[in-house]
Amino acid sequence: MTARNALFVLIPALIAAPSFAQSQSGVSEFTLDNGMQILVRPDHRAPVVVTQVWYRVGSSYEGRGETGLSHLFEHMMFKGTEQVPEGRFSEIISGEGGRENAFTGRDFSAYFEILAADRLPIALELEADRMANLQINDEALSTERQVVLEERRLRTDDRAEGRFAERYAAIAHPGTGYAHPIIGWADDIRGFAVSDLQSWYQQWYTPSNATLVVAGDVDPETVYDLAKTWFGDLPSRPTPAVHDPENLDPPGERRLIYRDEQTRVAQLRMGYSVPSFATTEAALDPYALLMLASVLDGGEGARLAEEMVRGSEVAAAAGAGYNPMTRLDSEFSLFGVPSDGDVEAVEAELRAQIKRLQTERISDEALERARSQLLADHLFELDSVFYQAMQLGMLETTGAGWETLDAFAQNIRALSAEDLQAAAKRYLRPEQLSVGVMLPEDQEDGS
Amino acid sequence: MKRWLITAMLIINSGAGGAMEAEIEQWETANGSKVLFVARHELPIVDVRIAFAAGSARDGSQAGLARLTNQLVLDGTSARDAGEIARHFERYGARVSTNSGRDTAEVSLRALSEPERLDPVIDNLANALANANFPADAVARVRQQMRLGLEQAQSSPSALAEQAFAEGIYADHPYATPPGGSLESVPQLTREAVVTFHRRHYTASNATIAIVGDLETSAAKTIAEQLSGGLPVGEALAPLPEVKQPTSAQTIRVPFQAEQTHVLIGQPSVRRGDPAYYALYMGNHMLGGGGLSSLLAERMREERGLSYSSSSQVTTGARRGRFQMGTQVRNDALGEALEVLRTSLGELQTQGPSSERLEASRRNITGSFPLQLDSNRDLLGYVSSIGFYDLPHDYLQQFVDRIEALDDSSVQNALRDHLELNRMTTVLVGPEAIINAVE
Repeated sequence: MTARNALFVLIPALIAAPSFAQSQSGVSEFTLDNGMQILVRPDHRAPVVVTQVWYRVGSSYEGRGETGLSHLFEHMMFKGTEQVPEGRFSEIISGEGGRENAFTGRDFSAYFEILAADRLPIALELEADRMANLQINDEALSTERQVVLEERRLRTDDRAEGRFAERYAAIAHPGTGYAHPIIGWADDIRGFAVSDLQSWYQQWYTPSNATLVVAGDVDPETVYDLAKTWFGDLPSRPTPAVHDPENLDPPGERRLIYRDEQTRVAQLRMGYSVPSFATTEAALDPYALLMLASVLDGGEGARLAEEMVRGSEVAAAAGAGYNPMTRLDSEFSLFGVPSDGDVEAVEAELRAQIKRLQTERISDEALERARSQLLADHLFELDSVFYQAMQLGMLETTGAGWETLDAFAQNIRALSAEDLQAAAKRYLRPEQLSVGVMLPEDQEDGS
Repeated sequence: MKRWLITAMLIINSGAGGAMEAEIEQWETANGSKVLFVARHELPIVDVRIAFAAGSARDGSQAGLARLTNQLVLDGTSARDAGEIARHFERYGARVSTNSGRDTAEVSLRALSEPERLDPVIDNLANALANANFPADAVARVRQQMRLGLEQAQSSPSALAEQAFAEGIYADHPYATPPGGSLESVPQLTREAVVTFHRRHYTASNATIAIVGDLETSAAKTIAEQLSGGLPVGEALAPLPEVKQPTSAQTIRVPFQAEQTHVLIGQPSVRRGDPAYYALYMGNHMLGGGGLSSLLAERMREERGLSYSSSSQVTTGARRGRFQMGTQVRNDALGEALEVLRTSLGELQTQGPSSERLEASRRNITGSFPLQLDSNRDLLGYVSSIGFYDLPHDYLQQFVDRIEALDDSSVQNALRDHLELNRMTTVLVGPEAIINAVE
């Protein structure tokens, strides 16, 4: 890994459906007296340990004028303490043959080390030190602010897809903490002072707001003892109450038409606001949405590829996805790239696909295929120790709880074709829909 | 029938962290495919990769042909269309993918290992590969998808920089050909060209099969025979020409309206198996390949705040790979950034690395090896390369040993002997006035 501070990008749901273990997850949970949570997931295949410290704070916690503060702060977490001055953290991990990095999402800020298994105490000592003793000064802030502005240019300002994604989020999540970019608006990034970062640290970086996840060639009791040694004496402070108003429900159908002077190929995104694991009222509904996404786009043989890319050939690419690991309501997402510029035709076919989910019973064969794929994918995810730890951290920080893992296979198996049809009718409604179109500057929008 | 079996232990010592072992078994199928197999029983999954010497270096004058062929190889037989083949994999929860670069074109499969699920999936893959018949509508469709991808790449400064860089350093060598083709070449690719390319390159003797997962050797042998058995034996391909080092430096400017300028600086490196690779690898690790503690990240990012990402890499292939330094900087800092990149390399060449930096790099490289093999997927990639490039089975252990043996002067010499600023190509993608103002 060459780049520290990766942004956890907004659209993983479109690229890969998130996944969970098929069988017993084998997780051990502990809580220290100061409220810090510890999750351990042994995997003895290789003598490696992944350590991740997750904080329940991310861009969706930021108010007006504060956008990008979580992410900029994450960069500052590498700026040193009295005991471990700037640069020393990375040097130590590197010298131990390890890798370290961090990432910020809408609902979390997370820091990790990957090391040979016997070097776990090094990671814990360093993480505990910067949880409590971070030093933030003007000079470090002004350098890092430049780095983050360069990061913003690289990811967003100089990329047509980035410019489109930022505009799309603003209409897809109106009035919520998901409407602004994780990296923040450039004006806000330019405006932060040392005091803003210090108060962010004071508010959110406290043991009771953190989850330590350790996965790999370790024994749970040993991890607990080590965690107690390094984190046990850190005092906790109360965190601010988080208020996420339910302000526009339903928001009504919205449409963005964005012309970009550099894009050469039209693109379409559509998204329905739907519940997540954390916000659902009916426990099985998120699983039904995962199955619906798989029926549409579980692979090259599924409906979108079969009927839109190969059948009518209206789309050069089409996809669907749903990420249930969000703290606030999530999105059931569709996208399409017209094969000859006809965005309207792609939108009409995607809408027809949604209608079909609502009006036609899914065949037993298609249901079984979607189920097989979701269950197999979840098993395949066990191959990555890092992702096993990621799952636990995301489930915890989004409020679903790590135990969600253990129920996954059972819940997927419990769903019938009728359940999927009912979920499609309940959630995939026009008043929950946003449509975003990016067009080359000289193309007519036709609508 | 020629069959042989080689077994060697792959043992990676991770300093105090213990060791991981993987036993590579190697044999050849009845019609001449090389097979490498590692049993891993912890998870009930199997990974298979078939790598053909069928990358873009074999495109000839038809840039994009290897990629088009690779993307179509599971898209239909005379009996079944692309959707039927795909749904058969999906019914059993299997995932297939295709991938192609300059040297290789690959087909990869991940499946559950229980025989009731694995056997039909292997049948399906073997059948699709053996009987690929490239339906005309599929050829037209994938060609259009490639063309759209190339259109969109015109709005990506990093894609523009990469293409200009490869053309700059490889000149008239086949490695200069962009694997995805060009807007000019792709519309000209025909079904006949695909069929001819496929017949010549997707042969048993041109295939390396890597298998990792929850299988006994006997089962892996059956799978390899099945996959290879439907392929024609084929004839050996002509070797690729050697890459010549450029004789002078050049700067390629690609105008692009943006707030940052993308920079790549470099030249051809060495080929896979060149003994100089280890010292170059280590020198590069110190310069910009070692993440945030490397020299470029320190100077560009930590000290000056010039960029989010500044790094360097050294790669190898069947022929010379590449050395490159890369960054993206705000336009008004371009001159300063170029100075830092070139000076940092020059310093390592003239003064050599400090002993602290050398030791830090050595500790990171040797200590991090087990991290790179902690999943079946990583292991599959390593085993596949070991097979394709004819590397010794204990390549990874040898790598660690060679890194251990290097001293500061061997690293300095390798950097000085193989990298020369006055042979390097500099690519600048940014606003015209900005890129014209620097050398």
